[in-house]
Amino acid sequence: MSKLTEIRWHGRGGQGAKTAALLLADVCFKIGKNVQGFPEYGPERMGAPITAFDRISDNPIRVHSNIYEPDFVVVVDETLLHTIDVTKGLKKDGAILINTDRKAEDLMPQLNGYKGKVFTIDARVVCMKTLGKYFPNTPMLAAVVKITGLMEPERFLTEMEESLKHKFAKKPEVLEGNMKALKLALEEVH
Amino acid sequence: MRIKNRMSGNEALGQAIRQINPDVMPAFPITPSTEIPQFVSNMIANGEVTTHFIPVESEHSAMSAALGSEAAGCRTMTATSSCGLALMWEELYVAASSRLPIAMCVVNRGLTGPLNINAEHSDSMGARDSGWIQIYAENNQEVYDNMLQAHRICEHESVRLPIMICQDGFITSHAVQNIVLEDDADVKAFVGEYKPEHYLLKANETMALGPYANSPYCMEAKRAQAEGMIQAKKVILDVAKDFEKMTGRKYGFFEEYKLADADYAVVAIGSAAGTMKDAIDKLREKGVKAGLLKVRVFRPFPGEEMAKALENCKAVAVMDRCESYSTQGGPLGAELMSAMYRNKNKAEAINIVYGLSGRDVTVSDVEGVFERLADIAKNGVKDKQYTYLGLRG
Repeated sequence: MSKLTEIRWHGRGGQGAKTAALLLADVCFKIGKNVQGFPEYGPERMGAPITAFDRISDNPIRVHSNIYEPDFVVVVDETLLHTIDVTKGLKKDGAILINTDRKAEDLMPQLNGYKGKVFTIDARVVCMKTLGKYFPNTPMLAAVVKITGLMEPERFLTEMEESLKHKFAKKPEVLEGNMKALKLALEEVH
Repeated sequence: MRIKNRMSGNEALGQAIRQINPDVMPAFPITPSTEIPQFVSNMIANGEVTTHFIPVESEHSAMSAALGSEAAGCRTMTATSSCGLALMWEELYVAASSRLPIAMCVVNRGLTGPLNINAEHSDSMGARDSGWIQIYAENNQEVYDNMLQAHRICEHESVRLPIMICQDGFITSHAVQNIVLEDDADVKAFVGEYKPEHYLLKANETMALGPYANSPYCMEAKRAQAEGMIQAKKVILDVAKDFEKMTGRKYGFFEEYKLADADYAVVAIGSAAGTMKDAIDKLREKGVKAGLLKVRVFRPFPGEEMAKALENCKAVAVMDRCESYSTQGGPLGAELMSAMYRNKNKAEAINIVYGLSGRDVTVSDVEGVFERLADIAKNGVKDKQYTYLGLRG
């Protein structure tokens, strides 16, 4: 694996793509990486397309530009495939991860001839089975860890459990559902 | 204990304020202010600081309240951004001329219009002649470190001027990156207690603040104020030395990156400097002697020192994240080129406006600037000395 991994997130305002990007930076920091997680800000409103970015590196990160040639792209809302060229600049030896109930081959016409790997996950199903509510960022976070190989899934789950315990100290009942969502997402990404 | 952490530039300033624990923080609690007052409010609610927070109805009032509390003898901080800073304008001058060492977090964003919320230096650059010390940062670590040094500089008896601790809006204010936070007790000892000599609540000392001054007195007062800015130069370096002893992190008026033997140099303020360092490393691999001068202190302006640091360069590009509409370039370009002329610096110099309203600056954009500098060193400056980077059609 190269020393720098660059990830671009596409989502819609309110879905938590920015939060997921920051959570990924957070968990990678915990395993000793240098991280940079940041959103691109436009007029903020629910449902508007938003982009967020992660740089994960063994070396200190100095560059402060957006990411134009990502190693990985994550699409949190598949309706964006109609309007945004999500594979733009995506490296061929990288991969794209899409939240969808469709199969990868059915999505190919919307990926502008992308030749790299295409992964899918149905985050809605994962959420409904484990959380009972649709918060796509939780399963997407687990799925992106799986496809990028940034860390071992077991290590990821251990680190996430620790930070969720802290985050939901006053709502322990939320912890179990979130952990189930992460575990199921690791299995459900194909 | 010193802690390795990760957080945004705004969170880093929240942590700095927690450690400094100022007496008073008046702030406008919503946009265009920053998240910083929100973080501080949480800390107050959690009992982590004893700061008195004054939620005010506008930025004009935020600075007015800051004037009052600092004059009363309280260590006072606030935070703002963009048009919020613009609304403080009148009071900025009152703070400086009343010699009130207020420390303010400025998250640099553009001013309207077109309406835009993204990174640009036009807000604080517009206030460059208001008499405030201005210190800029490349990343979250630097803005945190600058804030820890702020009070030692601005409250110093030979300075007594307000200070802006600036960082780039969104690019560093909202980006989560690694950071080292210093030990709470170490910071407390380093910053020290605020012991103003004269203040309104001082027993047995009556004083007037902000009186009317006729022309026989006003000019002397302004010259005395300028003296504070002159003295700030020494204090900034002294404080940086002490800070280095505590943290190992070295600061000065500016950072020189591979500049000593550079044929071509860029001069810039803020987050783009990091991107420029990556570009310089790439060019150095190809044998191009590229370097960077990253400005940290803009007020007082270290013109002579910068001109000297650039004296062996063949060509220099001064980069401004701000348009001044003077038709002569941006503020950094105008002031640095003037300093280079006075110090008989022989390098060819151009001024480039870049990154307005958050326009992204990439490594390859910077490589393009160095290509231009190589051509200028060979063939002289052919086009206008003041151009835009990456301007479309």
